[in-house]
Amino acid sequence: MAGLGRGRGRGKGYMSFSIEAVGIGKGENLPPSILQPTPLFPPMEHKPVPLVMGEEAEYMLALKQEFRGNMKTLPFYVRPAVSKKDVERYSDKYQNSGPSDNTIEWNPDWKRLPKELRIRVKKALKENTSLSLDTPVDPKPSKKTRVDKEEIIHKLETLEEEVTSDEEEGEKKKQEEEQQDGEEEYDEEEFEEETDYIMSYFDNGEEFGGDSDDNMDEAIY
Amino acid sequence: MTAQEVRLCGLLLQEHFGEVVERIGTHLLRGGAQNLRTIANETNTPLDLVKKSLCVLVQHGACEFGSGRRGPGSPVEYRASCERVLRVLRYPRYIYTAKTLYGDTGELIVEEVLQRGHMTMSNTVKTVADRLTHNMEEGRSMEYSEVVSAFSKLVETHFLQRCPPVAEMGTAATSTNPATPGTPAASASTAPPTAESNPDCYKLPHVTLIGRGKRRRSSDDSEEQRGGKKAKMDSESCGDEGIYWQVNFERFHQHFRDQAIISAVASKLDQTSSEIVRTMLRMSEVTTTQTAAYTQPLSANEIFRSLPPNYSISRPILDQYLSLLVDDPMEFVGKSGDSGGGMYVISKEPWPTWRELHWSLWYRRGWCVCQSWFGSRSARIFRLLLRKRHLEQKQVEDFAMIPAKEAKDMLYTLLSENLVQLQEIPKTPDHAPSRTFYLYTVNQLPTARLLLQHCYKTVANLIERRLFETKENKRLLEKSQRIEAILASLQASGAEPEQLTEVEEMITAPERQQLEALRHHINKLDSTENQVDETVFLLESYIFSTKTK
Repeated sequence: MAGLGRGRGRGKGYMSFSIEAVGIGKGENLPPSILQPTPLFPPMEHKPVPLVMGEEAEYMLALKQEFRGNMKTLPFYVRPAVSKKDVERYSDKYQNSGPSDNTIEWNPDWKRLPKELRIRVKKALKENTSLSLDTPVDPKPSKKTRVDKEEIIHKLETLEEEVTSDEEEGEKKKQEEEQQDGEEEYDEEEFEEETDYIMSYFDNGEEFGGDSDDNMDEAIY
Repeated sequence: MTAQEVRLCGLLLQEHFGEVVERIGTHLLRGGAQNLRTIANETNTPLDLVKKSLCVLVQHGACEFGSGRRGPGSPVEYRASCERVLRVLRYPRYIYTAKTLYGDTGELIVEEVLQRGHMTMSNTVKTVADRLTHNMEEGRSMEYSEVVSAFSKLVETHFLQRCPPVAEMGTAATSTNPATPGTPAASASTAPPTAESNPDCYKLPHVTLIGRGKRRRSSDDSEEQRGGKKAKMDSESCGDEGIYWQVNFERFHQHFRDQAIISAVASKLDQTSSEIVRTMLRMSEVTTTQTAAYTQPLSANEIFRSLPPNYSISRPILDQYLSLLVDDPMEFVGKSGDSGGGMYVISKEPWPTWRELHWSLWYRRGWCVCQSWFGSRSARIFRLLLRKRHLEQKQVEDFAMIPAKEAKDMLYTLLSENLVQLQEIPKTPDHAPSRTFYLYTVNQLPTARLLLQHCYKTVANLIERRLFETKENKRLLEKSQRIEAILASLQASGAEPEQLTEVEEMITAPERQQLEALRHHINKLDSTENQVDETVFLLESYIFSTKTK
């Protein structure tokens, strides 16, 4: 703003234009100059106007929240692959590990995108279409109950946990090799146990009979 | 691209596409056009994630790509568009408008296209039919033809348009920009083609879609999946691949502006005149391009014929109304000739009417802002200054009828907040301060920009607060979601009421209260965002109208 620069002579508060013109009287108390940034939550002198409420506003609110929710489930919501903190495990091969960095979960029209952006479209999409037509799909709920029952029975009857989980794993792995589907219950059980024994692949089945024979005399837990 | 705009864009991207896309998007917005490698290096993101995010951004029209600055041989450069990302804020308004104009079908079509960025017609029709079928009663399903007719109506009225064809890249010799077919290959780096430059922009493809929506049943899920996936594979051969449709935001904006004009007329004059103006606008909807200064002249006879049937006013009364509209100082309607009983136009652009209207709508907002920040008397001063343009200190006090001391105080507050500016008018060539007028004035355009930035900041703050509230109560929200899921599955498998109540009681009463309060806060914040967006729209279109003269 022209005219507010210091004029000749150094007086306290001397300005090059007469401040009466702007309306500040002589010797009047001016508000103190501000020497720091304004507070983060300045006190409000006047209450804000209330929000407009009505059918239209509520409908748009519902639309907005629904839209946001839907966007989170669409493949456009990019989630980076979670890096595993633990040791690499054999079972990883058979699990659906969630989003991975180098595949894209939807199928864009590659003709509309530059060539350099081309990524592999996620295998699961294509594989499921062909597999579900050929191989019979075991309904998941019953398998889960069967597995649960098995587990309960085994835990009741045998003592060695490793052996029972080895057996289950043997069965499960065979099925998974057929289907190449990820199973969530497998995931849970694995992480519940958290011992290295579960991860062991080798199961010759002989130990099962032998161990239970040995422990027949003791109490069954 | 101001800091506030970038911040708001970042938050919107984060909410709708996740943090990775947000990082890439903000980087592009801040840094301008960049190529793939630069983005990956500077954001420290793995290359594949960058590729994925760019695909998402391009799919939704937020990012464009073009050949690099150094000519056709250099790597592809990507450019993000701040304006386009800010549109995300307005999505609920677009969807709601589609609902009011074309019912539930129209609403779902627009919602689907917005969610996916762009879609083919066949895909849209199938998805919408399935969704509508899902909501209908058992045994009924939605015919594709109904959805197709809603889709065609949206295209005819230009609410949906074809995506612009993608410019060829990479091949130096033969590639040409489709919008300018005759120019040599060197022009391949000119601006990407807009949707409007395509002459087929609003032409429906010749596709016959016969069928009904499929209802998804949860019991034989795998069966449906097989069937559904088969259908997806079939849709590839529907005949309209490569023709993608996107929402035409400008057309929606035009609709919002028209509504603003109509409501302004209604509040200033009366309902009937607003109906007349609405009819005029509807008649010239499609014939006027967005940046035209005036609508096509409409004769009074045509207007008379097109009035809605329940507004049966006689011809001479219509003429009276029209002359009233013409004589109004707001100049809503202009007269441009006498043939056909009088030719009338509605001017849509800078001078005089549209700008006046904008200005008045805008100044009302400014006045409201002023009032809410500083009280109604400051608002009175603000309004006075807008009316009278330039006033001296003394005159302000007199006209506003506010005592001198308070008026001074308010003026200085307004000045310090930059809502009001000081203008010097020297009386003598040497600009001596004692002989200069100092006038208070409001510079409309800068003040409008200031208010707009404040609005962006407001919305960004609202979103951040909402995210904060959600994060604080994350545990509680997750717990309630899990309990709802358990309840739903129990009910589906037919559990007894005791079990249900037992599960419900897992949330204690104070937790319930907390949840209620949380929901209330979040709803309020969301609702406020919607309303601030209305102001944003008004300010944006005012600023835009002053740019194009």
